[in-house]
Amino acid sequence: MRNAFIAELLEIAAADPRILLITGDLGFGVFEEFARRCPRQFLNAGVAEQNMTGLATGIALEGRIVFTYSIANFPSLRCLEQIRNDAAYHDANVKVVSIGSGFSYGALGISHHATEDIAILRALPNLTVVSPGDEWEVRQATRALVALPGTCYLRLDKSKAPPTHQPADVFTIGKARLVRDGADLTVAVTGGILEVALKAAEELARVHQIETRILSVHTAKPLDVEAMARAARETGGLMALEEHTVDGGLGGAIAESLLEMGVIPRVFRRVGLRAGFSSAVGSQEYLRTLYGLDKAGVVASALKMLGKD
Amino acid sequence: MDSKELARRIRKHALRMTSLGGSSHIGAVFSMADLVAVLYADILKVDPQRPQWPERDRFILSKGHAGAGIYAALAELGFFPVERLATHYQDGSVFSGHVSHKGIPGVEFSTGSLGHGLPVGAGMAYAANLDGASHRVYVLLSDGECDEGSNWEAILFAAHFKLRNLFVVIDYNKIQSLGAVADTIALEPFVDKWASFGWEVREVDGHDHSVLKSVLGSPSQSGKPVCVIAHTTKGKGVSFMENTVLWHYRTARGEEYDQALQELERS
Repeated sequence: MRNAFIAELLEIAAADPRILLITGDLGFGVFEEFARRCPRQFLNAGVAEQNMTGLATGIALEGRIVFTYSIANFPSLRCLEQIRNDAAYHDANVKVVSIGSGFSYGALGISHHATEDIAILRALPNLTVVSPGDEWEVRQATRALVALPGTCYLRLDKSKAPPTHQPADVFTIGKARLVRDGADLTVAVTGGILEVALKAAEELARVHQIETRILSVHTAKPLDVEAMARAARETGGLMALEEHTVDGGLGGAIAESLLEMGVIPRVFRRVGLRAGFSSAVGSQEYLRTLYGLDKAGVVASALKMLGKD
Repeated sequence: MDSKELARRIRKHALRMTSLGGSSHIGAVFSMADLVAVLYADILKVDPQRPQWPERDRFILSKGHAGAGIYAALAELGFFPVERLATHYQDGSVFSGHVSHKGIPGVEFSTGSLGHGLPVGAGMAYAANLDGASHRVYVLLSDGECDEGSNWEAILFAAHFKLRNLFVVIDYNKIQSLGAVADTIALEPFVDKWASFGWEVREVDGHDHSVLKSVLGSPSQSGKPVCVIAHTTKGKGVSFMENTVLWHYRTARGEEYDQALQELERS
């Protein structure tokens, strides 16, 4: 997803001098072309995320659209108060980009596991939280965030998710995208783990004759409450799937909204991390499997929800 | 209005505002009052009729707890009616204890958590350079907030990018939240620290208006960002408030209020 983001941003920046990209000294081998083609729109702020975010706010308040970039929790949690007080409170046009959501950097250890960021950032007022599911959504999201005034968080998976979009698909911030339809169960999924949801849906259909609706909830905030309510009413159950703690993430957001609306799914389950910090070492694929977030784990969760296990 | 009269009014307004609202930090307002008065009376290019004038100098109060002093200065300059100051810290007011820009013309940036103003100011200075703009960015820091690592990140950045349009002014009153700076986290040798980080450092008496007028306004001679270390007295202007930690917190009421007001009027 990283290369799709950079390529799209470069295309936009080459035509729009308001764009400025600041990196916190990360992105080896990724930014060279951007820096060469748009030298006045690229800045390395060093290993200093608090300053990077404050700088971005100051520059944005002077009329630019500023992207800050780093990996895992560095551009988000490390400088959370700068995002809150400086960028968001001032409605600054700052787009915080984190590469490496979930277990993208699994083997690097818990410092590099971005597994609470959705919960924490969606609590901030004046902040849009976008977590695309494939590279098409990444490109669309990048353009959409440039057009959307204010502070945003863009959460990118390092995985190379296969394309899932159809020619007629439209990307709209705040609107979930229907990737596959079915009546037996809905999986509302955010981020690169969309790929796993699709594989699980295929197996559920082929082996168990369970037809699954897949909604790519690329915008975690504001949540597409209507699509969630329709899924609850129209399908046999609702699963929220995320490579993120179950506490306060997408599943929490859905549960809060639906309960308040009085729309109760027949069955509901948050599928995400419940094991706390992962000190297990392994690739993203390995850790997904370890915590039931691989195809087999999602299929098992679905069957259990529907009482078919 | 000359800077000395403006400083006197800032102190009197702040005394009244903190007394009416029952808020703290009067000592921190008094220590910086002369700095703020000289800046607004003689240095900063600002226009009360056009608060968002693109060519204005940017001023960020990073020690946001002294916001009452900025509200007072802006009111006296004509950004909004002086009468509005009486709502400070009251229910339903926009004038929060820590400086806020929402609904208050002339406040460039909201602060309150320390260590936020300088990175943002560095961003504004960086943007001005990109735009080829000639305005300056001033950031007023407290001494205690120089404990914050985020400031030192920005100090490194500003020196590296030679932001000569960025001016830091430090209200060096030597007292922070729980006691003397020297006994908390020592800053000395403070001038040497800033100089070794690549800044042009000017050390001044922070209550001497004639010196401040020349020092705060003169452009960078070296091409480096400028740091003015202003030696000040916490609580300056009221005898029983000077150099005490207590008046970082205490609200003047009754006899204390009357005596403080008399001393300010005689000054």
